[in-house]
Amino acid sequence: MNHRAIHGTILGAALLAGFVGVWKLQEKVDTERTTLQMENDELALRSPAVMKRLSLEYAPLMGAIYWTRAVQYFGGKHQAHEQNLDQLWPILDIATTLDPNLIVAYHFGATFLSDAPPRGAGEPDQAVMLLERGIKANPEHWRFYQDLGNVYYFDKKDYLKASQAFEAGGRLPGTPAFMKIMAAKIAAEGESLETSFALWMDLYQTATNKDVRKNAEDHLRLVKMEMELRALNQIADAYERKTKQRATRISDLAQAGLLSGQPLDPEGSPYVLGHLGRAEPNPKSPLREEWMKEKKR
Amino acid sequence: MTQGAIEIENLSKEYPYGFLNLKKKMSLEGLTMRVEDGEVFGFLGPNGAGKSTTIKLLMRLIFPSAGTARILGKSIDDVSMHGSIGYLPEQPYFYDYLTAHEMLDYFARFHGLTANDRSARVAVMLKKVGLDTAKKIQLRKYSKGMLQRVGLAQAILHDPQVVVLDEPMSGLDPLGRREVRDIILELKREGRTVLFSTHVLSDAEMLCDRVGVIVGGKLRGMGAPGELLDMKAQGMEILFELSGVPGNLPLLTKATRTGERYRAQLPETELYEALDALKAASARILLVTQIKPTLEEYFMHLVEADRAQASAVEVSGK
Amino acid sequence: MRNVQTVAANTFREAVRDRVLYNLVFFALLMMGAAILVGQISIGIERDVIVSLGLTAISVIGIFIAIFLGVALVSREMDKRTLYALLAKPVKRWEFLLGKFFGLVMTLTVNTAAMAAGLYIALWSVNHALLKSDTYVLVAVYLILLKLALIVALALLFSCFTTPFLAILFTAGMYVAGLLAGDLRTVHGVELDPGTLRLMRGISYLLPNFENFNVMGAVVHGRGVSAAIAWQATLYAILYIAIVLMGAAVVFSRRNLK
Repeated sequence: MNHRAIHGTILGAALLAGFVGVWKLQEKVDTERTTLQMENDELALRSPAVMKRLSLEYAPLMGAIYWTRAVQYFGGKHQAHEQNLDQLWPILDIATTLDPNLIVAYHFGATFLSDAPPRGAGEPDQAVMLLERGIKANPEHWRFYQDLGNVYYFDKKDYLKASQAFEAGGRLPGTPAFMKIMAAKIAAEGESLETSFALWMDLYQTATNKDVRKNAEDHLRLVKMEMELRALNQIADAYERKTKQRATRISDLAQAGLLSGQPLDPEGSPYVLGHLGRAEPNPKSPLREEWMKEKKR
Repeated sequence: MTQGAIEIENLSKEYPYGFLNLKKKMSLEGLTMRVEDGEVFGFLGPNGAGKSTTIKLLMRLIFPSAGTARILGKSIDDVSMHGSIGYLPEQPYFYDYLTAHEMLDYFARFHGLTANDRSARVAVMLKKVGLDTAKKIQLRKYSKGMLQRVGLAQAILHDPQVVVLDEPMSGLDPLGRREVRDIILELKREGRTVLFSTHVLSDAEMLCDRVGVIVGGKLRGMGAPGELLDMKAQGMEILFELSGVPGNLPLLTKATRTGERYRAQLPETELYEALDALKAASARILLVTQIKPTLEEYFMHLVEADRAQASAVEVSGK
Repeated sequence: MRNVQTVAANTFREAVRDRVLYNLVFFALLMMGAAILVGQISIGIERDVIVSLGLTAISVIGIFIAIFLGVALVSREMDKRTLYALLAKPVKRWEFLLGKFFGLVMTLTVNTAAMAAGLYIALWSVNHALLKSDTYVLVAVYLILLKLALIVALALLFSCFTTPFLAILFTAGMYVAGLLAGDLRTVHGVELDPGTLRLMRGISYLLPNFENFNVMGAVVHGRGVSAAIAWQATLYAILYIAIVLMGAAVVFSRRNLK
């Protein structure tokens, strides 16, 4: 019998068994290390300046790596349903310092630094800081003005600054008319559902980053719901004028011939009339929680 | 049939080379030979002929493409057999951070000697190769000849029955060569089998019971050195000094001159006549030697004989 | 086993005579400088700075030694042909390889232990006391040592079948890839087709997961490390090293020496 073949088979089997063992063990290690991982989120180096010097001439590459880390960090937090995004700023800070032309990182930061938890870090000031740096490094990139306007409009509720940002962007060559229209609209009306819808819609249609696009989509859904609730309330008001009493359920409105059928929110749950007969999302609707938060702000 | 100390059967080695190792070069082709117990066997051949390849195959430093070999009746794959063989690599090089004493002690450990045995053996060996005064010096400070001697010491350290030496005399000065020759002769007296390779004919003539001649990876001849290498002298060479103005010696026309020294070659038949003439001219005769063919010439002769035979066969076949 | 021991002892002797341990002088100077500097700045995180700098230095210096020594000590024996005389002795090739491995691990253990002692001296000089949390530093050092042993095994494997230069490159590459292996399993924010994802997962388990030996983040901030992490990492290192050395032995036993 071939001595060598037997030898080879035994060795092959041993190696295979070894790798299976390594695999199984690694799964155990991964679970055990999750305790460590959470504590481990900190960046080893928090100083962008030091980081840049350490990167030598490879700063753009390091910037790209840090950008990847930002996406991973955000994705990881998102998947774990964690709201604490306090590392997002340092990572983006380092990424954009290493590579000031990392456009996507500014866009990403504008959305998720500024947006309120659980969607973002709820730090609009950091978003403004990041965008101003982005504009300084990339003055021809008019979309940063749009992002800046969005931050002022949605999160800082500073409509004057928001309008100014859109206007400044609108003056750059090659900007679509959209920017000038938004500048005028916000200057005249402040916040309105129509403006919010238009802003999110543009972001949704133009965003290249899928997280940013998904976020815009979610917001669009919420704004659309707000618009539908507003319409329902108007109908309820009409009902009250007609019957001299406030409707307590949506079916009252339908019975009075003001509404045909039961309207559904974007997630498919029927709207209800709540406290004081005001329209609101169904308690079972997945959109309700965020709607309540939005109300409190 | 009795068992030889080393038995080689059809041993071949191919070396891959070139791009992606796609080409193959035969560096040893179907070698079959025996070395008898207690004999000193010389492995002769020009550089690159396959001597070292054969020895490395025997020491399992490289693995054969085909064929087998046995040493002391055991397959060369059997590592335990290495307890009774000694090996000196070509141009040996050892851990240069060790002293000769440390190195021999290190190697001795692999032979399972007790601490007492080790230090005794190492001391004997160092004395035998004449290094006992230099045993505390790191090998990095050793000359080539000293390294060769340490190498010899480690090869015979454990009292092996078979000793394999790859070019043991190369790079040594005349004194060193003589010492190595003495050691080989002593090994023979002690009844050990010695296989050594060389490209120097005189070494083989002086030491070997038998020699094998290998050229281009093939064994071309085997036998006692006398019968194999008894080539006719191709003439004589005289080295002499002649001061003052030389007369009209006929020999001078054939001589090359360096200062007062002359070197001349002539047929053996004219030797005595020439010596008489030199004596008459009061020249001082320094050296008279036989001119022997170099090993390369001998090998060329072998190869040509081979070719001639091959074409003769071809002609007769027609 | 006696042959393995003999080769290991000689390997250690070679490393010492090659002045490998001189790196300790550099480490000592670094720790001294850091301790003095940190004492001057005094910003409330002296301990953290000393621990992170010390552990980083132990790890980085160790990795350099492991890679370069691991590759050099085997390929040098082949290049200079010191191996020829040795293999003509009754020594199996795997015994030689295993001896080299243990000799190198011995060297790294002595080196790492000395650096750890230096780190503790620096810690003491900064705090004038040793805290309970400082014992975790020892756990971190132990895990670094496991990592170094695994790197040495890889270096031996690669130097068994390629040139020293490529062996160094492969070992370093394997280390970096192994560090990032965990990320291959947990990619977020990129969409990939399931096939690619499965392949990446598979690769991530087969690569040596060097992140398993990293507890620096926790230890620097004085937090504890569970016993499970330590023993699982130990088991992982032993298993992986066994695989690598087995592979190396197979390759090396069939190799033709030039």
